[in-house]
Amino acid sequence: MSVTVTIDPLPAGVKRPEPITTNRGRAIKSWARRAPLGPALVFTIVATQIPFLLTLWYSLQNYQLNYPLRPRNFPTLANYRTVFKDHVFRVAVVNTIQLTAIPVILSVVFGVGIAILLNRHVFGRGFLRTLIISPFLVMSTAAALVWKYEILDTTFGVLNYALKQVGIKPENWAGVHPQITIISFLTWQWTPFMVLLALAGLQSQGDDLLEAARVDGANAWRIFRSMTLPHLRQYIELGVLLGSIYVVQAFDSIYIITKGGPSTDTTNLPYYIYEMAFTGSFDVGRASAMSVVVVVATIIIATLALRVVSSLFSDEGMAGR
Amino acid sequence: MTFMTMRSARLTVAERQVKPTVRLFLGLLTWLIVLVFFFPVLWMVITGFKSETDASTSTPHAIFTPTFSQFSAEWNGSGNTSMRTYVEHSLLVSLVSTVIVLVLALPAAYALSIRPVPKWRDVLFFFISTKMLPIVGAIIPLYVIASPAHLDILDTQRLLVILYTAMNLPLAVWMLRSFLLEVPPEVVEASRADGAGVLRQMWSIILPIARPGVAATMLICFIFAWNEFFLAVNLTTTRAATVPIYLGSVIQPEGTFIAHLSAAATIACFPVLLAGWTAQDKLVRGLSMGAVK
Repeated sequence: MSVTVTIDPLPAGVKRPEPITTNRGRAIKSWARRAPLGPALVFTIVATQIPFLLTLWYSLQNYQLNYPLRPRNFPTLANYRTVFKDHVFRVAVVNTIQLTAIPVILSVVFGVGIAILLNRHVFGRGFLRTLIISPFLVMSTAAALVWKYEILDTTFGVLNYALKQVGIKPENWAGVHPQITIISFLTWQWTPFMVLLALAGLQSQGDDLLEAARVDGANAWRIFRSMTLPHLRQYIELGVLLGSIYVVQAFDSIYIITKGGPSTDTTNLPYYIYEMAFTGSFDVGRASAMSVVVVVATIIIATLALRVVSSLFSDEGMAGR
Repeated sequence: MTFMTMRSARLTVAERQVKPTVRLFLGLLTWLIVLVFFFPVLWMVITGFKSETDASTSTPHAIFTPTFSQFSAEWNGSGNTSMRTYVEHSLLVSLVSTVIVLVLALPAAYALSIRPVPKWRDVLFFFISTKMLPIVGAIIPLYVIASPAHLDILDTQRLLVILYTAMNLPLAVWMLRSFLLEVPPEVVEASRADGAGVLRQMWSIILPIARPGVAATMLICFIFAWNEFFLAVNLTTTRAATVPIYLGSVIQPEGTFIAHLSAAATIACFPVLLAGWTAQDKLVRGLSMGAVK
């Protein structure tokens, strides 16, 4: 894309404005520089920080949506005591870790593998890349419903039909293996994202260097281990970081496929907080206390993660490395 | 992005070293794996064209008479029984929030790239840090603030527009910033020296150059807003309910609904698949918040 810009010289006799040098002028200039940032910054602070402060405030009250007139006993730490004694909360923490770590790791492994295959001269490569990103694009609610009722279903599921052909008995997959079901779904959803990242990484790797190594007699595995993988490392780190941010909040698939169950087998923290606040007891105070614990834990983990990512988000991005 | 353009059809040295049979095997393997991943989407679309009798079988009917009846049924009902109402809600909320995001994010991205404010790095990281906070931490106050006792905007499109704007704004700032960094600084500087204000520079210099990036940013914000479920399910019931909510309501404990569900899900996924396939060369950049070009 090329753009031609013509700079009109100032008409004769018109003086260029004097450069502003006074203190007041400098202040105006520096605020003028900041002004474009204002609306976005104010909006983000209001829309994201105020709710969190309110969560903190509610967490110190005995506040149930069903009983708005009950005394709130502000401030109280009762909610926090309940949360830390709550057996299900601990289960939800473990579930959240499992339902985040396993899908992220699996999707990175599959993503890198598929990217390597797609980086070759395969017939219809552009078409295949278009197909592989689809699971990531489709509405997760729609995908979860299709998985539940059309693929995993005991009677109508196409998976059971396929397994029957090789002699495996029909099974209610989501009921018997709820965790594996959710992990598979999340892996299916996130692998395309990792494919895209890994492909970007592979494409930024210089062909000449690889060919030189090959001419020198290095075999494929050696080249992968000592050249491709180190080059991809940054991209993999980024994938793990961004994948974790989103997968840890997984809600749609759990809400639709397993409802957190059977029992609490797939209850992760987002789903448990949702249950606590909006179903059954409508216990806002306790749900808020749980949210605060989650947010604090997230801040700790995110601070560590940000340290990694700030080296990734350098001024130039990763292009051309 | 380089990986969009297929490198020349010439095989690399390495690929020529591989035996043709192995090459063929790897090609087939690639196709197989990709098709396995694509299968649920394909199955959804195919089943949408089936009649309910053809869809609800334990042995899939490979041969069937395709019918549009499921699709037209989704469209022709009235009021809340029709998917059209929900599609209108979703379209409105997604489009309006995307436009607001752009209006807020473009100047911010300008102030973080072309004429960076002092401490621009801290500001950038503030934006990304809001994406790391779990949304469950905010949902309860959002519900209470929006409830009749306070603002009384529960179940309105206004509420969803505000929240989707907040949800996408950090992403858009990061992404647009990475596109604006590619605008040659001399060009902007020249127009500034010429006395053009920020808006003028934006409109006549920066936007024309960064247009593909702006379009990609808008598509990605649209996709995220269109697909959003958690906020919609907790904060809307009927008046502002979006497509994902409609999909959940398709499920009936009794009777057959599989073809019905597939048709509705296909309609729900169609705009986003189209948008994503169109923007696929910019997708990775948007999803990585501009870190990968």
